[in-house]
Amino acid sequence: MITSFISHVGQTSLTFVHLIGRACLMLWLTLFGKPHRKLFPLFIQQLFQLGILSLPIILTSGLFIGMVLSFQGYYVLVDYAAEQSLGSLSALSLLRELGPVVAALLFAGRAGSSLTAEIGLMQSTEQIASMEMMAVSPYKRVLAPRLIAGIVALPLLTLLFNVMAIWGGYLIGVSWLGVDSGAYWSVMQGSVDYVPDVLNGVLKSVIFAIIITWVALYNGYYAVPTARGISLSTTKTVVISSLLALAMDFVLTALMFGA
Amino acid sequence: MAQSNHLVIKKLSFSRNERLLFDDLDFEFERGKITAILGPSGIGKTTLLKLIGGQLPVDSGEILFNNQAIHNCSEKVRYQARQKMGMLFQSGALFNDLSVFENVAFPLREHFKLEESLLQTLVLMKLEAVGLRGAKDLKPAELSGGMARRVALARAIALDPELVMYDEPFTGQDPISMNVLLKLVKQLNSTLGITSIIVSHDVNEVLSIADNVYVLAEQSIIASGSVDDIFKQTDNALLQQFLLGKSEGPVPFHFKGASFADDLEQVNR
Repeated sequence: MITSFISHVGQTSLTFVHLIGRACLMLWLTLFGKPHRKLFPLFIQQLFQLGILSLPIILTSGLFIGMVLSFQGYYVLVDYAAEQSLGSLSALSLLRELGPVVAALLFAGRAGSSLTAEIGLMQSTEQIASMEMMAVSPYKRVLAPRLIAGIVALPLLTLLFNVMAIWGGYLIGVSWLGVDSGAYWSVMQGSVDYVPDVLNGVLKSVIFAIIITWVALYNGYYAVPTARGISLSTTKTVVISSLLALAMDFVLTALMFGA
Repeated sequence: MAQSNHLVIKKLSFSRNERLLFDDLDFEFERGKITAILGPSGIGKTTLLKLIGGQLPVDSGEILFNNQAIHNCSEKVRYQARQKMGMLFQSGALFNDLSVFENVAFPLREHFKLEESLLQTLVLMKLEAVGLRGAKDLKPAELSGGMARRVALARAIALDPELVMYDEPFTGQDPISMNVLLKLVKQLNSTLGITSIIVSHDVNEVLSIADNVYVLAEQSIIASGSVDDIFKQTDNALLQQFLLGKSEGPVPFHFKGASFADDLEQVNR
């Protein structure tokens, strides 16, 4: 009983260490060394795939989240006759937390899953193997442009998400609930600081982007090359990258705003 | 002798998932000849090609390509060797998002900076060789299985390799495309002098074009030599069963298990 427990723990830790090692090695081979000759055009292509194609879901969600936030915030603030602070509440909660986190979760669902499915399919149809046999490194040709595009795309998407959400908050707060337009903007301007609020939010989303794209590429590259394997990997990407992003958000918030 | 051998494998051992696939095997592939590797499914024939291409590391043994070790070399040497090798994958492994033309142009674009007109000429020559110049604008999804394999063949020879490896090239082909592929493999070998390694279990088709044969079974080579030699080894029961495709022989029809009577007794107890 005890020996089987110990061997189980050993097995699990070994698997975990093996996984971490493989993932780090993959990241190393992708990012270091001579880059692919056509890295820039490939990167632009992926920026379109991961960034532009994620825009509809990011912008729509941003709008609705901003509107809901404004509603809920207003009804709490109005009890204290503080509804003029609505702009500050919306902007701070969006820039520091909601923006980076919700955009990251949406990105994991939209772009992360498609990355895993795409790479997994390339693996199962031997496209990756054939690339290797043509003396072309799949790390540099396939993974690197996707990783860099993911890291660039998510912070930009997060900023656009924030802009839409703040506008959505304005629509509800000012146009519907009657908060003064000047107060909405000036209170926001007064309470939001560039470095601690805006830049910290961007920094968060850069870190989320690395996590999500890395997990997505790893799960695709090491997917079991069958239809079932790919679908399992896709699910795993969304679940694991979302959880890691949320856990990392807690750590980052504690570091950035905790002291 | 060393000069005429293009690829030599010495004392190769390889196991995967704690299952031994190859135990101390030796192969010699003569330059400019077609060598067939035959064996039942699941024996690790495709794995052998991946070992030659350096996609999997060997457990022990040596792989010498043009007298140069390629099993434990640097990444650079391996990539240089791969530029001289072509491989036709069983599924074709064409890039879905690229047209037929771009698929064949892919290795050329990756490795050389060619004038567009020269590149187009080269690609059209390769496509002409496999008879699919007319299909250059199609996407891989629009091709039949046989056509996809011919495009993949054009891509495999795009860099003018010295050695081409064919992974089950005839599996699942209709009689016409099977013959077209056979003719192409033979033609490429005789006109360009490409050393060819064909991994297959389509015995009759492969033996009709091969010069030398290795037959694998149970982690070892059970027969090797020229095609005529192989058929003369009538005392080798396993070989005969495989060549003639008999359902009974050293490889039993029944999967290992308890006897039928015992199983029935269990059920009716």
